[in-house]
Amino acid sequence: MRRDVFQAIADPTRRAIIALLAIQAMTPNAIAEHFDSTRQAVSKHLKILTECELVKQEHQGREIYYQLEIEKMKEIDKWLEQFRKIWENRFQQLDELLATIKKPKK
Amino acid sequence: MKHNLQFDFLVDKKKNTLTIKREFLAGRELVWDCYTKSELLDKWFAPKPLTTKTKSMDFRENGHWHYAMVEPNGTEYWGWTDYLKIKPIDYYTSLDAFCDAAGVINESLPRAEWLVTFTDKGENALVETVVTYKSLSDLEAVVQMGMEQGMIATLEKLDELLSTINPR
Repeated sequence: MRRDVFQAIADPTRRAIIALLAIQAMTPNAIAEHFDSTRQAVSKHLKILTECELVKQEHQGREIYYQLEIEKMKEIDKWLEQFRKIWENRFQQLDELLATIKKPKK
Repeated sequence: MKHNLQFDFLVDKKKNTLTIKREFLAGRELVWDCYTKSELLDKWFAPKPLTTKTKSMDFRENGHWHYAMVEPNGTEYWGWTDYLKIKPIDYYTSLDAFCDAAGVINESLPRAEWLVTFTDKGENALVETVVTYKSLSDLEAVVQMGMEQGMIATLEKLDELLSTINPR
């Protein structure tokens, strides 16, 4: 099953998992400790993230470690960054304009 | 100049919407003017290095804005905005389109609906823009066009991306 990467980041828990894995690869147990939700719920999120190819599993001895697929994250990054930059730039210009036309505070 | 002004940027690929919230260091009325008066829009609307030039503007319900974004080399990208509903200094809704210098709308390019809402945030103004496309491919086509117009942005760090999608 192929999913869209944007589905992965539509959920706050999944975004938090991504943020955790951005720092280091982790076992599902270690990830679950960071959340109040059940182990099952966390597993389900990990399954979706795996299907979106945002994380991959790596076996180290008897443990499974989840790690981030950096390339895939870049895909989202690039896409959003395009748009974000355009708006950021626009708003900076508006900031400058507002600063020049602002009526003096009474 | 770095301010700690709120800036949220959310893309919802399920609903084909883009939600942008931005706080400005000015009162609501002034910010409203910047969005609704062509002489002010011309000073900020097109992202650098492009500039904006208005051909005609009639800011009222069923009115329009016909403008061009101009590249430094003189290339013009014409845009057309139809204003639908206006409630001064609270919000307005509009429908944007690509067109030509004569104002003939290009039906083959995506149109998007805009809902722009202005609220107070202390002494500052907060503007929320929700842009809705008809389909995901429309949204992507627009991004693609942005890329073609040479606005390719640099990659930024992952944590910045995350903070953008999910300000915590």
